[in-house]
Amino acid sequence: MDSIDASIVNRLQEGLPVCPRPFDDVAVRLGLSVNELLSRVQRLLDDKVLTRFGPMFNAENMGGALSLCAMQVPANRYEQVTAKVNAFPEVAHNYERDHLLNMWFVIATEHPEQAGAVIRQIEQTTGCQVYDMPKQEEFYIGLKLAV
Amino acid sequence: MTGYPQALSTAQHASRILDDTDRRIIVATQAGLPLVAEPYAALARQLGLETDEVLQRVAAMQENGMIRRIAAVPNHYALGYTVNGMSVWNVTDDHISELGRQVGALDYVSHCYHRPRHLPLWPYNLFAMVHGRNSQDVEAKVTGIATLLGDHCRGHEVLYSKRILKKTGLRIKG
Repeated sequence: MDSIDASIVNRLQEGLPVCPRPFDDVAVRLGLSVNELLSRVQRLLDDKVLTRFGPMFNAENMGGALSLCAMQVPANRYEQVTAKVNAFPEVAHNYERDHLLNMWFVIATEHPEQAGAVIRQIEQTTGCQVYDMPKQEEFYIGLKLAV
Repeated sequence: MTGYPQALSTAQHASRILDDTDRRIIVATQAGLPLVAEPYAALARQLGLETDEVLQRVAAMQENGMIRRIAAVPNHYALGYTVNGMSVWNVTDDHISELGRQVGALDYVSHCYHRPRHLPLWPYNLFAMVHGRNSQDVEAKVTGIATLLGDHCRGHEVLYSKRILKKTGLRIKG
């Protein structure tokens, strides 16, 4: 990755306009042809420096719901509970974290009213209380990683 | 999700205005936008639509917040940001909106939310995900947040992830 790639990664995190030729302006500013820019973006995707380029969708604003949930799982049942929680297709991410609340997962449902039912099922099947922490206000999503 | 009527009404509003053509555009771009000079024309050909209609619909979805922006998503790990800490803060309720905006505006904070407390076990109501190149880097950034919050913060912790147990992309069905 050279300095031009770094400039591309920094600039493309900010977002492109919705217009017929959205790459033209960025290419001019970086001193590249559009084709050079596009082939570099493709290589950054192939090399997994970028995970994705395109619209960043907001699940909640599309009618779905996301909630962050935490549980206090006994150490001797951790693997068993992990398998049970991960078996729910609505569980999108699940992390072990270093805390009394040691399992943190995100529940994504297509309709907001489904989330509560999934939480009750997880409590029943694991025997652990779920601490539901849906967002009340969002301040920022996205990160400008300087490279 | 009851108890947060504002979020619910936004969602209901969105699902009402999202039609089948919008859903086809979403499904076609979930993996990404075509990497060509005229991506919306390529998308239109693929879906049997006019380019102008695709542009108008994508612009409308961005305007009403269904699309945050058309942008690249970097791989934190590949860029050397290998440590992330979920910093959680007990902030006075009267100041959380203003302080949340200030914390969210920091360039090293990716996600920043106001979430409910669960007393007595969980006194924290502000969550800010902090990314760094190593744990000292993350700790220095957390100190920066603590300074910003000052007396309005009654305590904080940083929860580091020990293990990814599951990670799947969010998918919208067609």
